[in-house]
Amino acid sequence: MFKQLAAAISMSLQTLPQRVGASSVIVIGIAGVVAVLVSVLSMGAGFRHTLADSGRADRAIILRGGSDAELNSNLTRADVDTIGNAPGLAQDSDGKALLSNELVTVVNIPKIDTGTDANITLRGVGLELTKVRPELKIVAGRMFHPAVRELIAGAGAAKQFRGLTVGSVLHLRNADWTVTGMFTSNGDVHESELLADVDTVGSSIERNGYSSAVALLTSPAEFPRFKDALTTDPQLKVDVQREPEYYAAQSKALTKAINVVGNTVAVIMAIGAMFGALNSMYSAVAARGLEIATLRAIGFGALPVLLSVMIEALLLSLLGGVIGASLAWLFFNGHSVSTLGGAFAQVVFQLTVTRALIITGIVWACVIGLLGGFFPALRAARLPVAEALRAA
Amino acid sequence: MKYFPLVWATLWRKKTRTIFTLLSMVVAFLLFGMLETIDYAFAHPSGGATGADKLITINKYSITLLLPFSDAQAIRAVPGVAEVTWLTWLGAYYQESKNFVFALPVDTDSYFNLHKDEFIVSGEQMQAYRNTRTGALVNSALMKKFGWKVGDKVPLHSTIWTQKKDASLDWTFDIVGSFDARDPTQAGQQASTLLFHYELFDEGRSFGKGNVGWFEERVGDPSQSAAIAGRIDALFANSPNETKTQPAKDFALAFMKQLGDIGFVLRAILGAVFFTLLFLTGNTMMQSVRERTPELAVLKTIGFGDAKVLGLVIGESLLLCVIAAVIGLGLSYAALPIIKLGLQGVEVSPRALLPGIGAAVLLALAVGTPPALRAMRLNIVDALADKR
Repeated sequence: MFKQLAAAISMSLQTLPQRVGASSVIVIGIAGVVAVLVSVLSMGAGFRHTLADSGRADRAIILRGGSDAELNSNLTRADVDTIGNAPGLAQDSDGKALLSNELVTVVNIPKIDTGTDANITLRGVGLELTKVRPELKIVAGRMFHPAVRELIAGAGAAKQFRGLTVGSVLHLRNADWTVTGMFTSNGDVHESELLADVDTVGSSIERNGYSSAVALLTSPAEFPRFKDALTTDPQLKVDVQREPEYYAAQSKALTKAINVVGNTVAVIMAIGAMFGALNSMYSAVAARGLEIATLRAIGFGALPVLLSVMIEALLLSLLGGVIGASLAWLFFNGHSVSTLGGAFAQVVFQLTVTRALIITGIVWACVIGLLGGFFPALRAARLPVAEALRAA
Repeated sequence: MKYFPLVWATLWRKKTRTIFTLLSMVVAFLLFGMLETIDYAFAHPSGGATGADKLITINKYSITLLLPFSDAQAIRAVPGVAEVTWLTWLGAYYQESKNFVFALPVDTDSYFNLHKDEFIVSGEQMQAYRNTRTGALVNSALMKKFGWKVGDKVPLHSTIWTQKKDASLDWTFDIVGSFDARDPTQAGQQASTLLFHYELFDEGRSFGKGNVGWFEERVGDPSQSAAIAGRIDALFANSPNETKTQPAKDFALAFMKQLGDIGFVLRAILGAVFFTLLFLTGNTMMQSVRERTPELAVLKTIGFGDAKVLGLVIGESLLLCVIAAVIGLGLSYAALPIIKLGLQGVEVSPRALLPGIGAAVLLALAVGTPPALRAMRLNIVDALADKR
């Protein structure tokens, strides 16, 4: 049985070069499906990755109760003072709480690719910024100084928006702001933002108070204690979330939409590719009619013949899947794009062709190949031997 | 035309192969129709609030920064402005954050004058709305979605605006009536709208009093839009709240552009689809002509000229592609209502399907020409001997 199978497979593969035209239809058809599937889903993966990287388990974000997002939230100075005294907060060597009071607003700046204005987050941050967010690194220029109109631009934002190079001047609300530096922060969502001193931002947009507070805790385990202390305080009405949870919630809707679109398009394409595979394999079986009939005549069973056709289809579709996934990886992995994120501002992210996506693509390829190979294989196995031999 | 039966017969010479090829192509054209429709929709915000005679004025530096309500008086005095109204984003939802409600505090007179003929609302319910301070007019689709009835008291949660009286984010309205879009293409745009009194909002909120989110203007002559927009912005130049006024349609387009280069993504997908289709159909046509070599030779023997043979093969390819395109685009036409559900505020139009026929013809020429040339160049003697 296995000997027969091996012989049948090696024969079908040896005659493959004679059928290169029809066989390439399977390979190219499936490569197309997998390339589209993997590329589209890589957008979702990249976006999720960017937002998922934005949080640390030992950091908490505090918003006014019921606000959902920083942009809607409003905390008073008194609120922030109370938060600064909560248990579980990390402190610096001077005993100061590692809490960054933040004020988030959105400003219009033209994008490089479209030339039209798009929203970018301008985040006012407290002086403890670099201690609360140690991942933030200045890669060009220097940090902004407080009390003057200076800001630093995220590396992602600088790539997508005009006029964010170090030394350039932005005109925002009747005032000129100087870009003094560019920063990275592990490729997270803040790299799509502009950062400046919180009180300077506040005076510029005439807002007294903050949007949110970001707290570094002494350890992730302190979170429940920290949260309970704030939520049970009758003076405060706040929502306290771990940072990763906050950002994960922000990426949910878009990631879901991308996955629905990607899968729908790929399912439709896969149906088309399956018909293509059926065609190729039927014509392969027809072309090998004499050969198959001969095999059956000299005593090969139906099963090895059936399996040999299926395996040929599988190998061709596997090749297609690998080509498709490689194309997606080659053209799109690391490609930087931006979209309107949950916070009403552009989020820059990179398309990420993950290993899981490549595996998904190849699994799809194999399923299409098996479906497209089965019926032709059945026909091959049932080929009436005498007739096939006579026809030749 | 007299050769149609011949072309038709040769097309179905190998039934299974033609059917499978056709099915793949139908799927490709279905996808083409759907993606083109989406692409078209994102480039065409629907009328109504984004009609040609509408302008929108926002804070120049940030859409999230407010503008003083008093600007409305100055804007109203600008020559060419027929009406101005002011609106503010409430950021509201009903019970759960996924139940978004586009709740708008509106100034009754100016809002309904600006958007006149856009809503169907009974005179009786309109009167009830005017008479009820806490009243709300709700789109009938939204009423249905949440099972609301006229007379219900509904609490909405604002993610932004706290009430002065108790610092709560909950705003309660009395539903006094419902409305529908007069133009069915705007039904989607209005589907989550709830209108309530600006006075209630301004008196009730604990901060930001006297400030509004944006202004909408209606102009008498749409061809003057740009000039009027310039006049409005000039009013507030160098003030702390400079403005940016643009046609509402441009504003909507710019907003969609912010979502990303959707057109590029769609075209890239279609590129991949048609590239694979080129191979699939090309292979079918090539095989079909190769198998028919002796038959083609017979045709030539009985007097069919080279050009005619060429025409027959191209005709076959054209027939195959056009049948597939008509079925595929027909299916995507049937899918328009589904696409409409997912896309609000844009024009979902069957017009986007027309380029599909052009694509079918191009495809037919691309895949038909090589085998047709081959058929044309056949040497009768060799072909009859079946030497390929």
